[in-house]
Amino acid sequence: MADLWYVIVAGALTAFVLLDGYDFGAGMLHRLVARTDDERRQVIAAIGPFWDGNEVWLLAAGGALFMAFPTVLSAGLSGFYFAIFLVLWCLIGRGLAIEFRSHVADRMWRSFFDTLFMATSLLLALFFGVALGNIVRGVPLSADGWFTLELFTQFRATPPVGILDWYTIAVGLFAVAALAVHGGTFLALRTDGAVRDRSRLAARRALLGVIVAWPLVTWATAVVRPGFFDAFATRPLAWLFVTVAVAGTVAAHAGLRRERDGLAFAGSACFVGGLLGATAACAWPALLYAVPVEANSLTTANAAAPADGLRSAFFWYVPGVLLALGYFALLARLHRDKARAGDYGSHG
Amino acid sequence: MLADALIWHRLQFAFTITFHYLFPVLTMGLALFIVVMKALALRTGDSRWDDAARFWIRIFGINFAVGVVTGIPMEFQFGTNWARLSRYAGPVIGQTLALEGIFAFFLESSFLALLVWGEKRLSRLAHFAVAVALFVGSWLSAYFVIATSAFMHHPVGYAVGPDGNLQIVDLGAVLLNPWALLQFAHNQAASVATASFVIAAVGAWYLLRNEHTDFARRCLTLGVGFGFVASLAVAFPTGDMQAKAVAKHKPAALAAMEGRFESGPRAGITLIGQPNVAERRLDNPITVPGMLSFLAFGTFQGNVAGLNEFPESDWPDNIELLYYAFHIMAGLGTLMIGLMGLAALALLTRRLFTSRALLWALALAFPFPYIAVTTGWMTAELGRQPWVVYGLLRTADASSQMVHGGTALFTLIGFMGMDFLIGLAFLWLVSRELSAGPGTHPHGTTPPEAAHG
Repeated sequence: MADLWYVIVAGALTAFVLLDGYDFGAGMLHRLVARTDDERRQVIAAIGPFWDGNEVWLLAAGGALFMAFPTVLSAGLSGFYFAIFLVLWCLIGRGLAIEFRSHVADRMWRSFFDTLFMATSLLLALFFGVALGNIVRGVPLSADGWFTLELFTQFRATPPVGILDWYTIAVGLFAVAALAVHGGTFLALRTDGAVRDRSRLAARRALLGVIVAWPLVTWATAVVRPGFFDAFATRPLAWLFVTVAVAGTVAAHAGLRRERDGLAFAGSACFVGGLLGATAACAWPALLYAVPVEANSLTTANAAAPADGLRSAFFWYVPGVLLALGYFALLARLHRDKARAGDYGSHG
Repeated sequence: MLADALIWHRLQFAFTITFHYLFPVLTMGLALFIVVMKALALRTGDSRWDDAARFWIRIFGINFAVGVVTGIPMEFQFGTNWARLSRYAGPVIGQTLALEGIFAFFLESSFLALLVWGEKRLSRLAHFAVAVALFVGSWLSAYFVIATSAFMHHPVGYAVGPDGNLQIVDLGAVLLNPWALLQFAHNQAASVATASFVIAAVGAWYLLRNEHTDFARRCLTLGVGFGFVASLAVAFPTGDMQAKAVAKHKPAALAAMEGRFESGPRAGITLIGQPNVAERRLDNPITVPGMLSFLAFGTFQGNVAGLNEFPESDWPDNIELLYYAFHIMAGLGTLMIGLMGLAALALLTRRLFTSRALLWALALAFPFPYIAVTTGWMTAELGRQPWVVYGLLRTADASSQMVHGGTALFTLIGFMGMDFLIGLAFLWLVSRELSAGPGTHPHGTTPPEAAHG
């Protein structure tokens, strides 16, 4: 049962990165690809109907983690205390920027929120990448399952570790590039005119960065966490995910070159999803890997809530998620046409 | 004191949830009014109800957006600030909170944009259905939060596992916790009352200024009609039932709420007085004899326990604050019934729209329900102390022991600063909507000819 919930939590988190990831990416590119007010309202309109629902996946994943692995949630959120609040404050600022920006027809008001939207989107992509880096590298869990981390120590990825070191920052920057591709391809799909052209160009440049950085980050992971990739010897699923990720980069590249925006966005989604899937497959069974004492790791075996409660929860969680997917499909159908400036955020 | 993390953890949660709840308390009630206005428009074919709904949807949209962003930190703070509570009770309260995410948040977030911005994309019936979806989603969300809170007030459907942590035995029992049903009824009545006061206040304001008079009369009629029923329902039966449940299950909390230090039958209800905890007595009380016994147990002879019957370690840890919070709530609740009663009478006798005194009172009274709701939740949560999960886990044993007091203080100050700015922006945006009034589109740079749809 615990392993099934590992898959559910990983799946919900991946859904969050895939969905909210494209609006983080759109946010990062906001001021670059959209120069006039109409263009910027087009970007906001492209993500406006979706961003809030996308962000609920974070709460859905958090909720699943809370009930299925309360030990992990309590250790992780209190251990990363300050970093979590940085994330939360960025989420607040970003949500307000999207919702408040177009309410007032004042240049300074809008410019302020445009920049806030861009900065918080960029920081969030960076923070979530850093978080992933921390989980892969490991945290200093004690035998009773608690830890606390400084924001940074020596920037070395060896104990005593901090939240920020060269490895986690590298993963963070990689996440920024990957989500820039994701957001760029999404905007290309949902907008037209100059915004679409600039989004394609931005996505192509970011994709180049991703293709260069991917092997480097993989090499760094092997250095920082020796044995992480041993899973490939025994877990065929990891190979499958990597194949999907590679195919995704090829598809994204081809889609951007041939101006087939749907293909490019799907490729980007496969890349992000495949990479996260492969990471989850390699990390299993640990949810929080412990350094330097590996035996203190919190795993599906020692950190799960009792199986009875999880079994019954499975029977409402999964139908509930299917219902939510139904809403998403309905929403996507209603907004299948290109986004236009007056669609969201102002009664223009 | 600065290094003592517990107080900062408590204040941070109290501050963030209090600020957050100022917004959903309005949107839940407003969602009901929007459904009613759109139903009236569909039924009567009178497009002025559509215009009224459109105005309130704009107010709803601003409130909802602030409610969403201030709500995001709430679930996370269980882990960041209350890690030992999360580890202990996560298998139970994690389920109710996850249920909220899956069944309420997805519904609300998916349809919010369609309600606020999608009217021209949808048929009239479809837009009405979206309003209903928002209403259902927001009330469902409240139910799951209240079921979580109710578990912490009155734990049911659980067992203590071999590792000493809680495990869920019966999800049905947790969801149908009688405490949750009572709290939900009381809370939702208060939410409808809040929206009623706000709608009536806007109507009264416009009528006093002789602006948008048709819209103002519609608002006043709905606001006062619903407001009288809801204000009454907050006290009776829901508040009364809640008080009886507290008397039965949390006698120490009731004693502290009433500043009652000694047990005895024929207990009087205190209207005014100051609890003097050091001297163990209530100073300068004005009481109605026998009333507390009657309200709690249905007989004037009922023995109402005083704090003397409980060890001091089980007393709520801030009796003065609990006492005043409860009395402010009850006092304002009474005032609200009185004001809405007068207004309803005037409405029925067709004098409301011309009575300037009543209109002024209604225009100024809208903070009452906000204060009453806030002090009401303070009463509930302070009354649960010193427990975080009643009878099972003490608040002092529930916080994150890995987090230093200074760190928690820092994030608390961060929230205060941020929420202050959010509050300013919110008030400014709402005041713009109010000065623009219904039937106009106050914002957006798009000139009319460039607008589409």
